[in-house]
Amino acid sequence: MIKAILIFNNHGKPRLSKFYQKYSEDTQQQIIRETFHLVSKRDENVCNFLEGGLLIGGSDNRLIYRHYATLYFVFCVDSSESELGILDLIQVFVETLDKCFENVCELDLIFHVDKVHNILAEMVMGGMVLETNMNEIVTQIDAQNKLEKSEAGLAGAPARAVSAVKNMNLPEIPRNINIGDISIKVPNLPSFK
Amino acid sequence: MSDIVEKTLTALPGLFLQNQSGGPAAAKASFSSRLGSLIRGITALTSKHEEEKLIQQELSSLKATVSAPATTLKMMKECMVRLIYCEMLGYDASFGYIHAIKLAQQGNLLEKRVGYLAVSLFLHESHELLLLLVNTVVKDLQSTNLVEVCMALTVVSQIFPQEMIPAVLPLIEDKLQHSKEIIRRKAVLALYKFHLIAPNQVQHIHIKFRKALCDRDVGVMAASLHIYLRMIKENSSGYKDLTGSFVTILKQVVGGKLPVDFNYHSVPAPWLQIQLLRILGLLGKDDQRTSELMYDVLDESLRRAELNHNVTYAILFECVHTVYSIYPKSELLEKAAKCIGKFVLSPKINLKYLGLKALTYVIQQDPSLALQHQMTIIECLDHSDPMIKRETLELLYRITNAQNITVIIQKMLEYLHQSKEEYVIVNLVGKIAELAEKYAPDNAWFIQTMNAVFSVGGDVMHPDIPNNFLRLLAEGFDDETEDQQLRLYAVQSYLTLLDVENVFYPQRFLQVMSWVLGEYSYLLDKETPEKVIIKLYKLLMNDSVSSETKAWLIAAVTKLTPQAHSPNIVERLIQEFTISLDTLMRQHAFELKNLHQNVGLMKSLLPVDKSCEDMVVDASLSFLDGFVAEGLSQGAAPYKPHHQRQEEKLSQEKVLNFEPYGLSFSSSGFTGRQSPAGISLGSDISGNSAETGLKETNSLKLEGIKKLWGKEGYLPKKESKTGDESEAPPVPQESVIMENVDQAIIKQDHSQILTQSKEEKEKQLLASSLFVGLGSESTINLLGKADTVSHKFRRKAKVKGKKSEETTSTHNMACSSFSSLSGVAYEEDYYLNTLQDKELKKFSLNSELLDPESLTELPLVKKLSDCSLSKPSLFADNNMEIFHPPQSTAALVAKEISLASSLLEETTEYIHSNLMEVCSNETISMFSYKIWEDDCLLMVLSITNKTDSELKSANLEIFPAEDFKVTEKPGCCLPIMEAESTENFQYSVQMEKPFTEGNLSGFINYEMVDAHSVQLEFSIDLSLLDFIRPLKISTEDFGKLWLSFASDVKQNIKISDSQAALPSALKILQQKLRLHVIDIIGNEGLLACQLLPSIPCLLHCRVHADVLALWFRSSCSSLPDYLLYQCQKVMEES
Repeated sequence: MIKAILIFNNHGKPRLSKFYQKYSEDTQQQIIRETFHLVSKRDENVCNFLEGGLLIGGSDNRLIYRHYATLYFVFCVDSSESELGILDLIQVFVETLDKCFENVCELDLIFHVDKVHNILAEMVMGGMVLETNMNEIVTQIDAQNKLEKSEAGLAGAPARAVSAVKNMNLPEIPRNINIGDISIKVPNLPSFK
Repeated sequence: MSDIVEKTLTALPGLFLQNQSGGPAAAKASFSSRLGSLIRGITALTSKHEEEKLIQQELSSLKATVSAPATTLKMMKECMVRLIYCEMLGYDASFGYIHAIKLAQQGNLLEKRVGYLAVSLFLHESHELLLLLVNTVVKDLQSTNLVEVCMALTVVSQIFPQEMIPAVLPLIEDKLQHSKEIIRRKAVLALYKFHLIAPNQVQHIHIKFRKALCDRDVGVMAASLHIYLRMIKENSSGYKDLTGSFVTILKQVVGGKLPVDFNYHSVPAPWLQIQLLRILGLLGKDDQRTSELMYDVLDESLRRAELNHNVTYAILFECVHTVYSIYPKSELLEKAAKCIGKFVLSPKINLKYLGLKALTYVIQQDPSLALQHQMTIIECLDHSDPMIKRETLELLYRITNAQNITVIIQKMLEYLHQSKEEYVIVNLVGKIAELAEKYAPDNAWFIQTMNAVFSVGGDVMHPDIPNNFLRLLAEGFDDETEDQQLRLYAVQSYLTLLDVENVFYPQRFLQVMSWVLGEYSYLLDKETPEKVIIKLYKLLMNDSVSSETKAWLIAAVTKLTPQAHSPNIVERLIQEFTISLDTLMRQHAFELKNLHQNVGLMKSLLPVDKSCEDMVVDASLSFLDGFVAEGLSQGAAPYKPHHQRQEEKLSQEKVLNFEPYGLSFSSSGFTGRQSPAGISLGSDISGNSAETGLKETNSLKLEGIKKLWGKEGYLPKKESKTGDESEAPPVPQESVIMENVDQAIIKQDHSQILTQSKEEKEKQLLASSLFVGLGSESTINLLGKADTVSHKFRRKAKVKGKKSEETTSTHNMACSSFSSLSGVAYEEDYYLNTLQDKELKKFSLNSELLDPESLTELPLVKKLSDCSLSKPSLFADNNMEIFHPPQSTAALVAKEISLASSLLEETTEYIHSNLMEVCSNETISMFSYKIWEDDCLLMVLSITNKTDSELKSANLEIFPAEDFKVTEKPGCCLPIMEAESTENFQYSVQMEKPFTEGNLSGFINYEMVDAHSVQLEFSIDLSLLDFIRPLKISTEDFGKLWLSFASDVKQNIKISDSQAALPSALKILQQKLRLHVIDIIGNEGLLACQLLPSIPCLLHCRVHADVLALWFRSSCSSLPDYLLYQCQKVMEES
């Protein structure tokens, strides 16, 4: 199970924090600080795995992190998750963000923190990996955005029209689109000063 | 002045609002840029202090905005985003929580989403405000809008109050049949969350999880795997039947049968594969038959995973893990070992780390793998990445033996001195202490290593470490002179350590020192006790020493005082501390003072080197008899034990008891069970302060300490090793073999030495010292080592072992005699109660009373067994002659049954289960049935020899199980089985600790005529229900007990019309669950049962229309849950 997902920048400023297990407010802040402390002092050519500190729950837990430009993406997981699997999940997450925001950068994460959370909610639900297919996530997000926008635009429209939109269903995504081999483009996040 | 400024500041946003309300467009613009300006403001700041000020300002303005009535939902949404940001930075925004809930309730889709998001980020599952959200969630779950349903499901899986689960459970269950795949998927995960936080509430939908597993959409199936992984981890035996399905799924995935859409870098659904491999590993563990099902697919997975991407390595790693977890197959192991090589030798650091991890895992099964990679391991020891180093040390820890211990411990200590993280220290210190104790080469090394452990590990280490160490010193080993040397060395080393000025040792270390000095200073020749006391005195006067440690120190002084000749220093110490502000110290000082005045008494109280001897304490307090008699004669009330007082109190005031009832019960049971040998414990309970106090300081409490470190190196055959060791004396051959190994390695070194640099040579040397005892030359040695290696520090286990043996044997005797007695008693009872029991028996005749598992899980099997084995009424009937074997069954089986039933003649008064075939082959077949006796479960196994020749040296054995105790009834040996005969065996099974599902496994082996030996394994399922018996008590007793039980469970279940009358519903419960109906009052019923041996459980039922309200109470917390589940099941079935 995934215990927490943290994103912070090179200076330790949190950009996103999501905890899937109950920690007190103070502990959450301590975890963020401790994790930054652990992760930031790692060199470039060391492994992407770390043992979680005592706060997160002892040696059974691992921190799996990736560093993109100015941001650290850290997943705290317990022993039931595969390390390499999570490492690729981070990649999927970042690539999805890149698709949704068109060249994502740190600013996007700050100003659209709710959208980032929504994207995350489509990938990980209650600490469990829900979806790993990037296209599927993007389609879901797009469809929901469309629905929301049309509803917001209809605020002044007659109630009948609103309910018509509300009853519209999400598109069923065709499952067998061959998208071939996607070349991985590691998003380049410009630094935020 | 500042007050005014503050007021204006808080008023400002309100003013703004008034201005903004003029034009909505202006408000919109200002709000969306607010977050931007806040962030810009924060980034511009340089100090933490300024940031705090800015955020506090922001928060107070937000507070005013959200509580202003003019704030629109849209503005509220913006406010929430800003609040989320502030909370993320660690500032308290609790004033906004209620508004987040409101937003989720009232907003349109976009606003609702932000509201839900804010709620899930702000609140945790036990937050009281969450109750306000429940209604919104229920409403949204029923919405026709998919987005709303999705949001509700997401929030449910993130945070939901446990006690409100019943409110949404049916709605979410419905969602499992939803037409949209995404909804089904989220519903499955929401139910998984419920399974995690309240497993008993979702017990009834396990069958739906199976449906989810077979869902036509892959995503839903993948989601259900989370649940199965979890449930299989908890209880793998319950899901063995699904192995085939998992294997098929994995086969399809690996074979690329999924839509291409699931590919990730052209690897088919890698996360799904990982999940499946984990499940298979858990299922196949120690289970040959299950493992055989998966060999093919594992081989396929290993073959298919072409190494081109990170994620294929992830799959490979899981494959290797699974291959080594399940029942081994040499071909696969070979391939997996090759894969590990790829990991370890990879230049990619992540893979190297995982390679080491895999090695650590497999090293117990295959130590030679470590040897193959020894040079890599050596390199990793000095790797720049501390994580790699840690993993390497973990690996070394697994391969430690008596020959490489010094090198490995040295490496570990080096790492220990470098690391600062607390958890690393705790972990490593524990390992070093364990290894040192197990393999220490000599006294000096051991004491020095432990000194390092204590001074570095200090106060963070596990308290078992110092306790174990002291016990080791106190109990000693087989050789008395060796013991004395060790103790002497410890005393000497501590004295030198204490001589060093200005060094502070951790408190735990000081405590260890003071105990050792107090006990064993007498071994010193040169230094007198006075000198030791002076050193302890110096520590006592030190301010940095904690008061707990001071208690240890003064206890040590007390022990040394009778040995001292000139008591000046002691007198000074007494003077000093009798006026101490610390009451505990004062108490100790006064004790010491009084003892000091009576040296004779002191010497007898504190004998030298007697820490291991039990003090004889009069637990019955007989010396107080005179005092008690006097008190009674003067009219004092007789003493009542605690639980009796409590019961009386309860019966007087009819109020609910909130104290856990089980506690007082257990303590009384404890004193009741007290054997005369265990006096020291008795004295603890009776609370004799003077003696217990002394005893505690005098010797550590060692009885209750759990022996935590039990692993025996990496040798696979653990039992045989320890078994052999205790007999085999250290054999001198060992050193010879060692020398041989060393020579062999050195020779090998010589051949390579010419081409190697000096650095490499060092590494080689290190390798040879690390991997000694692992080489191919020494594999024989390794196996033979069980006899030759003797642990230096082996605790005395003989006495204890003997004791426990005695107790078990007497226990067994008592048990068997008791059961036979009760059997007789039952028979008499039977004739008296025939009338009453007839009903029950009739019921069993109708074969409805079945093992609950076979009823639900294997309805087919039940039917099969019914038709093939004739009707159970045959054996239940007292008139054995009238039975009609069905035409279809073989005559042989019929015969077997008749034989089996003949045995039953004596036991028919008990209700019992159907005859079930347990195992069979062409020679023999074995049947079993359960007899639910009053005080235990009687398993009857009957074995039939189907051949016409006799079988020799037949042997039936049942494996011991941890949850229950199996006792063989007499008359069950069968060295020879005659042709076409049937033998019956009876085992009485008693539950030792409650479990819901368990199984009894064992094997039968025999020799055929051609001396060819055959072994047949079997396993029989047991459930908690087998141990439930009616509890016959009166209505008054029921009332009393009811009030005294702490754990209760309530549930309403729907019942069909036919059951609507209370008596009929109760009858079902009485028949199927063996509950005793005590009374029926109007539309309420009282029932009681007990879980053997004696855990009562009470049930109160009330029928109202078509709802049956069940209310269970018991002293055991898990029993009501379980019974409730069973009740639901039987009510649904009937």
